Amino acid sequence: MKILIKDGHIIDPSQDIDDIGDILIVDGKIKEIRVKSREQKTESRDFKLRDTNSELRTINAEGFLVIPGLIDMHVHLREPGYEHKETIKTGTKAAIRGGFTTVCCMSNTYPVNDNASVTEYIIRKAALEGLCTVLPIGAITKGQKGEELVEMGTMKEQGCIAFSDDGLPVMNSLIMRRALEYSRAFDLPIISHCEDLTLSDDGVMNDGLLSMTLGLKGIPAEAEQIMVFRDILLTELTHGRLHICHVSTEGSVNLIREAKKRGVNVTAETCPHYFILTEDAIRDYDTNVKVNPPLRTKKDIDAIKEGLRDGTIDVIATDHAPHNRDEKLMEFDLAPSGISGLETALPLSLMLVDEGILSIKKLVEKMSSNPAKILTLTSKGGLRPGNDADITIIDLNKEFRVEAEKFLSKGKNTPFDGWKMKGIPVVTISKERIYKW
Amino acid sequence: MLNKKDLLGIKELSVEEINLILDTAAGFKEVLGRDIKKVPTLRGKTAVNLFFEPSTRTRTSFELAAKRLSTDVINFSVPTSSVVKGESLIDTALTVQALGADFIIIRHSSAGVPHLLAKKLRASVINAGDGMNEHPTQALLDSFTIREKKGRIEGLCVAIVGDIIHSRVAKSNIYSLTKLGAKIRLIGPPTLIPREMEGMGVEVFHNIEDGLKQVDVVMMLRIQMERQGKGFFPSTEEYFKNWGLTPERLSLAKDDAIVMHPGPMNRGIEITSEIADGPKSVILEQVTNGLAVRMAVMYLLAGVRE
Repeated sequence: MKILIKDGHIIDPSQDIDDIGDILIVDGKIKEIRVKSREQKTESRDFKLRDTNSELRTINAEGFLVIPGLIDMHVHLREPGYEHKETIKTGTKAAIRGGFTTVCCMSNTYPVNDNASVTEYIIRKAALEGLCTVLPIGAITKGQKGEELVEMGTMKEQGCIAFSDDGLPVMNSLIMRRALEYSRAFDLPIISHCEDLTLSDDGVMNDGLLSMTLGLKGIPAEAEQIMVFRDILLTELTHGRLHICHVSTEGSVNLIREAKKRGVNVTAETCPHYFILTEDAIRDYDTNVKVNPPLRTKKDIDAIKEGLRDGTIDVIATDHAPHNRDEKLMEFDLAPSGISGLETALPLSLMLVDEGILSIKKLVEKMSSNPAKILTLTSKGGLRPGNDADITIIDLNKEFRVEAEKFLSKGKNTPFDGWKMKGIPVVTISKERIYKW
Repeated sequence: MLNKKDLLGIKELSVEEINLILDTAAGFKEVLGRDIKKVPTLRGKTAVNLFFEPSTRTRTSFELAAKRLSTDVINFSVPTSSVVKGESLIDTALTVQALGADFIIIRHSSAGVPHLLAKKLRASVINAGDGMNEHPTQALLDSFTIREKKGRIEGLCVAIVGDIIHSRVAKSNIYSLTKLGAKIRLIGPPTLIPREMEGMGVEVFHNIEDGLKQVDVVMMLRIQMERQGKGFFPSTEEYFKNWGLTPERLSLAKDDAIVMHPGPMNRGIEITSEIADGPKSVILEQVTNGLAVRMAVMYLLAGVRE
C-alpha cells in the first residue's frame, strides 16, 4: 500500500526539517520526503507514482503538523496479570489516540517481566492485538525483588529494550552497580525509578506543610534526590547507561544537569503532571492526583521546565498508569498511584510550546527523536527514508474538553477530566494502518 | 444554623460557625445538668457510629450525645462488620446509609475518609477523627472548656505539648484556637514537630521550660507508645525527662493556668498524677463538655437537613 501525505507542515528534528512538504510511504516504510525549500527548480514536488497496481491513499495534511510518531518510554500496559486495569489492546488504542506509535511497557506485570517467556508473551500478544509498536522493558531483578539480576542477554534477544524495576527501586547499591555494569554487555539502558524507600516510608504525597495540614504522610524530595545521586555515582563508577524516570524535583534536575556537565552517561525523563500540577491538587483528597513520585511544588515545576528547556531533561514520557475505577475510589492512603496519561500527554506538553519554553521542534525531540536515540531504535523517531512509517498528524488549533469517560484506555483515572485543551492528533499512522479522527 | 451538611474539620469552619457551635453547646450543657437529661429534639433520627479504629471515649460520647437528643444509635465497628470480608469503604458506608442513617459518625485511620464519604452520601458525615488530619469535635470541646474556664479565648496563650505531627487533636486545636484569636506554642522534640509547622502560624519550642513560661493553658497530648523505637524518641524515660509535665515545669505557666488532656493519659510519661488529679486539671470537665458539644453539632447539622 502507498500513502501520500500532502502539504503538511513537516517537523523532523533528526533531519533538521521544519517546512511544508509531502511524504510518500510505501509498504509501511518511508519512501521519500520532499519539502518546499529543498525543491529542485527543474522538478516539481509531485512524486512520480509509476506503480499503478498499488493502491494509493492520499492524506491532505494542509494546515496540520506532520511529525515522526510519538514514542512513550514509560507506560504500564498491565498485561499479563492486571487485565482489569488495561490490556495491550486497550493501552495501544489509547496510545494511537494520543499520537503515540511506540510505547515501552514496564515490567511490573503479573507475573513480572523478569524472564524471556514473559517477554515473548508480551511481544506475541502485541503483534496480534497491539495497534502500535510495543517494546517491553524487562525487570532489573527477578520478581523486582532487588536481589538477583534477570537474564538480560536472553531477554534482549526476545525483545526487551531496557531494564527497570520501576515502582520497586533497587535499594541495594551493590545490585544496582552490578546491573549498570552487566547491562553494558548488551548496550541497553537501566531505567531507574529513584526513590529511597526507607526515607519515603509509605508516604503518599509531597512532604511539607501541606502534607501536615492534610494529615497525609509525606515523601520528601530528598527520597528521590538521594537515589538520583546514588545512581549517577554508580553510573560514573561503572560507565553504564542510566535513564532516570519521572523526575519530579528541583534537586534532581540540578543533580542531572551537573552530571551531564561531567560527561556522565545519563538521560532523564519527566511527565506532564510534573510540570503542570502541584501538590495543591490534593487538597480535596482526590485519589486521581495520587502519583509516585508525588506532585511537588511551584519551584519544582519551574526547575523541571528549565531542565526541559536547557536539555537536562531529554524526554517527556507519560508514566501511563491505568487503574480500575473501584481501585481509585478508596481511602487516599490505600488507593494505588498513577494517572492514565496517554490520551492527554500531547496537548499538555503543547502547553510548554504556548508558554515559550519549548519550540515544537524541541517538543518533537523530547517525545520522539530522543526516546528513539536513548533506546537505539534506529528505524524510529525520525522521517528518514527507510524508516518505519510511524507518523502523527496534529491539528494544533483544535480545542477540546477532556472527557475521561470517553478515554479508549480502560483507566479513566485522570486529574485532567473536564480540562480545556488545544492541539490533538487527527491522524496516526502505525503498523501500516491509518487512524483518523 | 450551620450552613453545612457535614462536619469534616475545623479547617472548613468559619469563626462564626465555631462560635455558633460553642454557644449552642452551652445550652445543651444546661440540659445535661437537669434531673432528666434528655430532650426530644432529634426524635426519630438515626445515628451510626462507623468506627474503623478502636475508640471507647469518643464513641461513647457520641452515643450518649445522640441518646440525649432522643436519636437512635447503632455502633458499627470493624471487627464485627463485613469490612473484614473485603467490602470497600464506600459500600460499607452506603449500606449503613441504606439502613436509614441520618448521621454517620466516622473514625478512620486514613486522612480524608470523611471527605470522601461526604461526597458520596446524603447523610450528614461527622468526622470523629481521620488519620493524622483532624478531630474537630475534640477541638470544639477544648475551646468550649477554655472559654468556660477563662471567659474568653482571644489573646490567650495556649501551649500544646507532645506528639504534634501525628496528632489530629493538635491539628484541629491549632486551627480552632488560631481562628478564635489565641496564640499557640507547640512544645516537643523536633522529630514530632517538624520545622514546616511554623508555617501554621504557631511558635515552636523544643525546650519545655521556655515554652511554658506565662502560658494560660497547657494542653498535653497522649504519647503513643508505638512511636518509640521508630526513631521519634529513644525511650519513654527520656521523653518524660525532657518533655513530661511536672509540677516544677507547670509552675512556669501563669498562676491561674489550666491543664488539659484529651485522654487517655499515660501517667508518668507525659503527665504526672499530681497534675492530672490536681486543682489545675480540667481533664474530666473536658469529657462532660464533649457531650454538650457533640449534641450541638448533631443538632445544628440536622437543622440543615430539614
